[in-house]
Amino acid sequence: MYMFKYVMKRLGLMIMTFCIIMLMCFVLIKLLPVVITVQQGQDANIIVQRLVARGYIQNAVLNPDGTWSYDRVPILIQLYNYLKRIFVNGDFGVGVTMPAYRGASVIEVFAKNLPPTILINLYSTILGVPIGLGLGIFAALKKNKWQDQVINVIIILIISLPSVVMGIIIQYFLCFKWNLLPQIMNSGYDYFSWSMFKSMLPPVLALSLGSIAGYARYTRAELSEVLTNEFMFLARTKGLTRGQAIFRHAMRNSMVVIFPSILSEFIAVLSGSLIIESMFSVPGVGRLYLNSITYQDYDFFMLLSGFYCLVSLLAGIVIDISYGFIDPRIRMGAK
Amino acid sequence: MEKFNKYDNIPAEKFRFVKSTDFTHEKKFQTKPVGYFQDAFRRFSKNKGAVVAAVIILLLVLFAVIAPFTTPYEVSYSDKNYSYVRPKNNLFANTSFWDGCQKTETSKLNFTYYYAMGQETGHNAVKNQSYTVNEAGLYEFRLDTYHQTGVIYKHLSLEEYRAIQDYQNRTGIQVIYPTVKIEDRPKALQDSDNANYYYKTTGTNKTRIEYDENGNVIPVYWTYAEGETSGKYRDPSDGYNSLRISGDEYTLDGKVYKYCYARTTSSGVECRINYYEYYTYYHSDVLKDGITEPYFLFGTTGAGKDILTCLSSGARFSFIFAIVVAVVNLAVGALYGSIAGYFGGKTDLIMERITDVLGAIPMMIVITLLKLHMGSSSQILVLFLTFFLTGWIGMAGTTRMQFYRYKNQEYVLAARTLGANDFRLMFKHIFPNAIGTLVTACALVIPSMIYSETNLSYLGIINLESGNITSVGTLIAAGQQSLATAPFVAMFPSLFLVLLMLSFNLFGNGLRDAFNPSLRGSEGS
Repeated sequence: MYMFKYVMKRLGLMIMTFCIIMLMCFVLIKLLPVVITVQQGQDANIIVQRLVARGYIQNAVLNPDGTWSYDRVPILIQLYNYLKRIFVNGDFGVGVTMPAYRGASVIEVFAKNLPPTILINLYSTILGVPIGLGLGIFAALKKNKWQDQVINVIIILIISLPSVVMGIIIQYFLCFKWNLLPQIMNSGYDYFSWSMFKSMLPPVLALSLGSIAGYARYTRAELSEVLTNEFMFLARTKGLTRGQAIFRHAMRNSMVVIFPSILSEFIAVLSGSLIIESMFSVPGVGRLYLNSITYQDYDFFMLLSGFYCLVSLLAGIVIDISYGFIDPRIRMGAK
Repeated sequence: MEKFNKYDNIPAEKFRFVKSTDFTHEKKFQTKPVGYFQDAFRRFSKNKGAVVAAVIILLLVLFAVIAPFTTPYEVSYSDKNYSYVRPKNNLFANTSFWDGCQKTETSKLNFTYYYAMGQETGHNAVKNQSYTVNEAGLYEFRLDTYHQTGVIYKHLSLEEYRAIQDYQNRTGIQVIYPTVKIEDRPKALQDSDNANYYYKTTGTNKTRIEYDENGNVIPVYWTYAEGETSGKYRDPSDGYNSLRISGDEYTLDGKVYKYCYARTTSSGVECRINYYEYYTYYHSDVLKDGITEPYFLFGTTGAGKDILTCLSSGARFSFIFAIVVAVVNLAVGALYGSIAGYFGGKTDLIMERITDVLGAIPMMIVITLLKLHMGSSSQILVLFLTFFLTGWIGMAGTTRMQFYRYKNQEYVLAARTLGANDFRLMFKHIFPNAIGTLVTACALVIPSMIYSETNLSYLGIINLESGNITSVGTLIAAGQQSLATAPFVAMFPSLFLVLLMLSFNLFGNGLRDAFNPSLRGSEGS
């Protein structure tokens, strides 16, 4: 029961933080001038009326000199309208300025762009976790021998490699020099075809190398600390072999700490890496987000900001809560 | 242990009585006292990796400080004719590495194009005019990117035209080469302005080269008979009184024919000039900006900017910027954290909630909102505010933690009893304990900031490239676009970034261990 209360409290705090951030975003966005773009051959009247209908502006009047004048709708009323549309109709707004998505429902476009991002991160986690854990365990078992030192050097090298440079190296060698993989990811929606998988590999590799190094370092540190504990002596003394002792006692104890970090990293990578996505032209959320900034499409920006914000908050809270489950003595954030 | 087992039985004469005066309690320590920072430094210097990293960081900083002064180029310099020029170092001129050349394998047509350049001007686009033909019939050679441009048609005013002739007479270097009639220039549209075709060509869609019986190109220079004043084609009125190339002035049917070196246009003349020599002339004689010849140690970007200059200036900017941001973050964070940590209770609760919310906003959203609000005019300010808004929270957290650890210790109580006020307690007694951790945090802020700046520039969210400012990220982004054709553009800034991150990682680890007094003495065991 106490645990339930703790989780609820943390979740409540998270939701409160999320709401405050989104409120700040909304107000700051609505303080910006309204972007009205009229394409060649479009009727300005229709565009303006559409904006009036969506509740962005009011009292729009066509002046004799051909210019429009209008009043802004007060931000609180806009907020009310925005929230009402979201909760009543599930309507997060429509695209206004982005050429490809003009007039399209924001949430539908978002849903369409989500699979590539998720798939790439899923693949990189599937690739990264076993290799990372394996390297970490191996290094911890061979602590201070040459194998450990080699792994350490590789880990620090990869961790120091900025993702821009990592992407460039992979793109240059795998895609240009040796011509093994396609340079950019295929567009289209058949996500499970072989050619699509192959075109996903460069971004997957670029993402997973970093997380492999991260997991390996973390696992090595945790496991080598557990291995020095006295219960390991006890396990050996009562007759277990070294392998048994390590797998049944040391691993289980170190996993208790490692597992939450994997979980949180998985949530964190859902948001993807903007760098990797833009470098390999992944048709995912990252590109949508960057475009929404370039074209100042505010409805897209609000939704995607909310998404990124939620993901980063969730990733943080998962670690705290899972610590609480695993070791009830730890109450992160509690006084 | 063997030291204590020296004697099995200690002989009686080894024992003697102790006098009470043998104990001196009030004696001063003879050893030198070791301060906190001295101790940290001593432990830091024992960590070899960290010391090496510190040296590398120092070298990178020196590079950023000194390198901009060693090159004659400015960040704002660019020359489209020298875009994607390979890195060149004169020390390696005779090797096939770092010599400004590009290994090329091409058809006979393209090869002749480059080979003929060297035949005309002596500026060999084909390095040393040496080549091999492989089994597939393709020509393999090293293409000198500094002479790849060859000659160009340039419109000059008459004053410029005369000034170049003066320069030619003074130095004996040929800049202007005989020109070609418009009718004799390549018919194919894409090559009609290409001055490198000084020889006979055919073909209207794709330019082909005609060869004589020896397999050489056939020059079609514009000639005129001496003394001829009428006619459509003529030397400009003031004539050409300077160096002539060999083969000029030949006699045919009793008339002396000469090559024509310029074509009169409405605003002056159009000349065929060798760009390499023109560049040298223009920079050393006209602009006098210290550039003596095209020479790019790290090559140039697609816009024709010198990579060495851009990289070192970008690095200098990044370092200065990072240090300023780190100092401001430190000041604000330390103050905030001190207040929250020292007073605790309700003050702390409220202040913590504020930092919680602020810290939870992804940096991407902060910078986007700032950018949308502040426009693109003040990119540096946007970047500064972003790093400030997201950066000081960490510093505040560290300081607060240290305050919680130390504020209830006895020595603080003692100081309070002696009448120290809150301010004195905070900054004289408690805060110094946090300095070690803060210094480490500060040192690690620098690479993380350069890293974020690189990412943001790469994504095009901020663009620092304006006037005399550029950044490492901008360079990497430019290089990534030409990864297939000119990998060196991305290579140098990437290498810089990797070295920086690697050495700062090692340096930061060393610093962290050095400032952690609980590790004191653990290195020896």
